[in-house]
Amino acid sequence: MTAVAERVSAPAWLAALRAKGAERFAATGYPTSKDEDWRFTPVAPIARAEFAPSAPATVTAAALRPFIFGQAEWPRLVFVNGRYDASLSTTGSLPAGMTVSSLAEALASDPSLEQHLGRHVAVDVTPFVAENTAAFADGAVVQVAPNADLGLPVHLVYVTAPGTAGASHTRNLIVIGQSARAALIESYVTLGDADTYLTNVVSEVVVGANAWVEHVRIQRESEKAYHVGLTHVEQARDSHYRNFTFAMGGAISRHDLHVRLNAANVEALMYGLYLGRDEQLVDNHTTIFHDHPDCRSWEVYKGVLDGKSHGVFNGKIFVTPEAQKTDAKQTNRALLLSDTATIDTKPQLEIFADDVKCTHGATVGNLDTLMEFYFRSRGIPAEAARRHLVYAFCAEVIAEVAIEPVRTELERLVLDRVNE
Amino acid sequence: MSMLEIKNLTASVGDKEILKGISLTVNPGEVHAIMGPNGSGKSTLAQVLAGHPAYTVTGGEVLYEGEDLLELEPEERAQKGVFLAFQYPVEVPGVSNAYFLRAAYNEIRKSKGLEEADPMDFIDLLEEKLKVVEWGPEIMQRSVNHGFSGGEKKRNEILQMAVLEPKLAILDETDSGLDIDALRIVAEGVNKLRAKDRSFIMVTHYQRLLNYIVPDFVHVLAGGRIVKSGGKELAHELEAKGYEWLEDLAPAGAA
Repeated sequence: MTAVAERVSAPAWLAALRAKGAERFAATGYPTSKDEDWRFTPVAPIARAEFAPSAPATVTAAALRPFIFGQAEWPRLVFVNGRYDASLSTTGSLPAGMTVSSLAEALASDPSLEQHLGRHVAVDVTPFVAENTAAFADGAVVQVAPNADLGLPVHLVYVTAPGTAGASHTRNLIVIGQSARAALIESYVTLGDADTYLTNVVSEVVVGANAWVEHVRIQRESEKAYHVGLTHVEQARDSHYRNFTFAMGGAISRHDLHVRLNAANVEALMYGLYLGRDEQLVDNHTTIFHDHPDCRSWEVYKGVLDGKSHGVFNGKIFVTPEAQKTDAKQTNRALLLSDTATIDTKPQLEIFADDVKCTHGATVGNLDTLMEFYFRSRGIPAEAARRHLVYAFCAEVIAEVAIEPVRTELERLVLDRVNE
Repeated sequence: MSMLEIKNLTASVGDKEILKGISLTVNPGEVHAIMGPNGSGKSTLAQVLAGHPAYTVTGGEVLYEGEDLLELEPEERAQKGVFLAFQYPVEVPGVSNAYFLRAAYNEIRKSKGLEEADPMDFIDLLEEKLKVVEWGPEIMQRSVNHGFSGGEKKRNEILQMAVLEPKLAILDETDSGLDIDALRIVAEGVNKLRAKDRSFIMVTHYQRLLNYIVPDFVHVLAGGRIVKSGGKELAHELEAKGYEWLEDLAPAGAA
């Protein structure tokens, strides 16, 4: 776990941060089912695997090509087994106002990172964050200058090389300046479809005042692998942040999205889509901190579960006494395609202000037989009707993604899965 | 050969028998109106013919172009030219009208051994068909019936019918919930589709639709049976007298 730390000639603050992470993780170890936040997500297989840090590896541009989408001019940072690979990345002509680098490099040259790295995510928020803080090797640093309107999203691609059987601890830092407009996409992919490995990611996202940010996270790990991620977002006043979290890989996958509305008049939109089959377990935890008045959060998560797969959704919303006029809405909808698929869904609203509008709704159901009959009555066979309906269920939330090529890619991924 | 031959059809939902012996023959090009009070079984008849899974056929026979219709899956019935315009068209969020229509159109072509339509040709075809219901192309990008008004849903059913060109169209209370403008558009749409090789069964509670779409035959359903059949003048008689006088015509034991 500490083997990777010495790669970076660490400044003192970083060494202290890592030590704190290591200490915390040594004290807690991995969570167990006694931990309320992990009750439905037993991570014992991850603990038992005792993953060593994954070895450095290379992949070819050709092998990576199926995972690249959008336009050729999009800036792209590629990480292989958790380490930046400049040869696969395209950072030559960045939009004005954008700087990108690998975290490992930036730590050696950019003292300003101290202001942000580990400052937004508490080291003890989950054991995986503690471990990540102690052990991260690399990650992406994306900074956008105030008032910059990027026009192009940046695509961060994290690929696990075939034959990998270790752990990649990845740390990302995204800082969007005041009144900037930016979009970023994270893709977690593998070239070893049946490999068992661990990806453990922590991303800190800082959204400046009056900024507009779209953030898409696509998780396509091996269905034998483990993926644990936590994204923490801090929003300054008048900002708009929209997140889309997509998960279809992993034997066990877990994503925590924490969004702190850290000033007045902030808007956060959180959309999610997860697809489970066979014995996959896919867990989404979201936590929204309404700390200030006049903020709006809107959340829609949808899941499609087949086979013996298991979905978990937990949506926490905390509204402090100061956060009057909060408008928060949370929706979780799961579609169960088999009798053996299951979902545990739990809204958790803790509201301490009196003048607020907070609603939540969860629905779990099978395919609508009336819709199916409607398709069939128009000549579309039952099997095709079901595929169309699953796709439609997913497409409705994909439609919320603002960047068109991302929508197209997500639609393709869902269609491919549905037609398998 | 007749288009449709229903012989002593009985059907139930759960334990409740709703159709208690319907017999009806429809020849190519004919328009038959099925009228009757609420709960008489009109909509059940329409849905049984389309293969709705909620109903169980308990007896009788239905021949469509000489073939046993009841043996066919709903999609096979549609592929062979049976179309049901739903009383309550189903909302399908996430599927655009254009996508849905093209999928249906291509499935029907496929069932006839034809290749899928070229997407550009299909757009041209849609443009033509939209005229039938006096619509612009914007409607094609909206999700099927999702958030549509009652009138828009019924127009959409007629649009689907225009695209799929069925041989036997069954309209289930297509006039219900329509204002006078929507009723005119829907009725004119149907009239544009009348053809010598296309038959219609129109299920309706009210006579007013029949002012716009003039039927060749009118049948009155009560208590799960056809209790009276006649020409278009029967509809006027019903309008004047209501349905009560017909209850007496229902055989003993019928509701």
